[in-house]
Amino acid sequence: MKNVMSNKYVIALYTLPALLLILTLIYIPIVLSGYYGFMDWDGIGQMTFIGMDNYITLVQDKMFWTSTWHSFLLAIFSTASLLLYLAISLVLASKIKGSDLLRKIYLIPMLLSSVAIAQLWMKIFDPTNGMANKLLEMFGVENTPIWLADPDIALYAIFIPVIWQYAGFYILIYYAALKNVPDEIIEAAKIDGASSLQIAYKIKLPLISGVFKVTIMLAVVGSLKYFDLIYVMTGGGPNGASEVMASYMYKEAFKLNNFGYGSAIGFGLLVIALFMTWLISKLTKSKDDVQF
Amino acid sequence: MSELSTQPAATTFSAPHKTKKSYLNKIGFGFLYLILGLFAVIQIYPLIWLLFFSLKTNQEVFGMSPFSLPQDPQWGNYTKAWTSGNIGVYFFNSVWVTVLSVALTIILASFVTFAVTRMNWKLSGLVLGLFLVAYMIPLHSTLIPLFNMYNRAGLINSPVSLVLSYTAFNLPLTIMILLGFYRTFPREIEEAAVMDGCSVHRIFFQITLPMTVPVLSTTAIINMIYNWNEFVFVNTFISSDNWKTLTVGINNFVGQYLTDWGAIGATLVISIVPILLAFLFLSDKIVEGMAAGSVKG
Repeated sequence: MKNVMSNKYVIALYTLPALLLILTLIYIPIVLSGYYGFMDWDGIGQMTFIGMDNYITLVQDKMFWTSTWHSFLLAIFSTASLLLYLAISLVLASKIKGSDLLRKIYLIPMLLSSVAIAQLWMKIFDPTNGMANKLLEMFGVENTPIWLADPDIALYAIFIPVIWQYAGFYILIYYAALKNVPDEIIEAAKIDGASSLQIAYKIKLPLISGVFKVTIMLAVVGSLKYFDLIYVMTGGGPNGASEVMASYMYKEAFKLNNFGYGSAIGFGLLVIALFMTWLISKLTKSKDDVQF
Repeated sequence: MSELSTQPAATTFSAPHKTKKSYLNKIGFGFLYLILGLFAVIQIYPLIWLLFFSLKTNQEVFGMSPFSLPQDPQWGNYTKAWTSGNIGVYFFNSVWVTVLSVALTIILASFVTFAVTRMNWKLSGLVLGLFLVAYMIPLHSTLIPLFNMYNRAGLINSPVSLVLSYTAFNLPLTIMILLGFYRTFPREIEEAAVMDGCSVHRIFFQITLPMTVPVLSTTAIINMIYNWNEFVFVNTFISSDNWKTLTVGINNFVGQYLTDWGAIGATLVISIVPILLAFLFLSDKIVEGMAAGSVKG
């Protein structure tokens, strides 16, 4: 009777189309990316095998390490901002009125396309007519910054909309996790005389530590491969001041037609992202993880 | 026994304490509300500002405060945005590329999840693992090889490249969300159907698929948002104006009108209105889907 559910043809029919798609469009390309890294190739003509040259150049390429550092800076900022979101979620989840509406308002930027967000924030950062400088002028600031055109500020200016974009997403995750904490535990603690701060610190936070680890992973890996806003807002400029790994790869391949070297950068990005995934899961692993 | 004796004592002791505490609590809560409200303003005001300047003339944008309402709403900005440039074409492309990719992703993901959770075979764990690991792979590392593949297959400048890529890259997350649902869902009905001699296809299409409609709609919405907003693939694979979608289309269009703030604002508003409308009516589903994708991962 059970044979129907182990029919090999049906299994193949159901899984092969999807499997074929991810193998051809995800797994084979990452292998090819490493392989193209050994080539001198303009994307159209013949590939010439040049051995390790691209990878040696990559390791010595200052711009690559600068862009890697910028990606890591974004990762640090995004991870630090998680604490703010966690604090907000703790308040939101403590049965206050309007938390549902607030949570949804926070989420709105996450629903917009990166292009719309980038174009909007380019207007906000407009040195003469943008909202940012008009606000600063209202508060009496005289030498208003030129934001995206200033090499010292550009990168950090872009962090603002990136963090703005994702805030609601993380708050949503924490909120969902906090709502999963069983009411009985909180009630029991209250009866024992625990203050709300104690409940937050000693009960709620430890109980959602698993989710917190997931969000650290999402924030770090998401930051390392971040591309959209930077590409649209500054293209990595001025003069490389806001270049990150993915934008550097894109520029080398699709602007300068160095497809071989671009592939080497893309492969470097893959290795760094997977290494960080492994490292974080290693560092945050603990035996007493609470499971719901 | 002990409950009876301690309960009254506890309440009498904490009663005077409580009034002072709740007074402090009120101030504390007021302060917290202020912070939460301020955060809401930060999240929403840039969009209101966008809506305002999409209805303003350049003189108004440049001369007046960023908090001023449009004095004489310039609806002409919207007509200009829609008629000049290709916005109509981009919009239509976004709609059908999104719809097609979402449909394909959901049906393929359902097939896989069904085969992995309901059918018995040795390699099911490995196959599932392949899908889950694919979620960790940065899309940018695949971009150059993908470009080359599509180029050789003659699919550069063809929306087929977009539909295939969107489907492949959204499968892992979609399967992850479906998996959570399938695993908690009772199998008794399906098992009974097997007993009755139903074919696997009938079980899948007539029993399982209809039962999973709630989670399917959640994943459909999440997929829709991701595909509608996708930028890198379109920017890399499509250069013909006939096949661009809204994200890349408006990016180029806006780039040409550096100084006409009204038209730029109107273009951006047009591009985000469908998503905001969807959110207005389906916010619970969206919230649920976004949370499911990460927490269960």
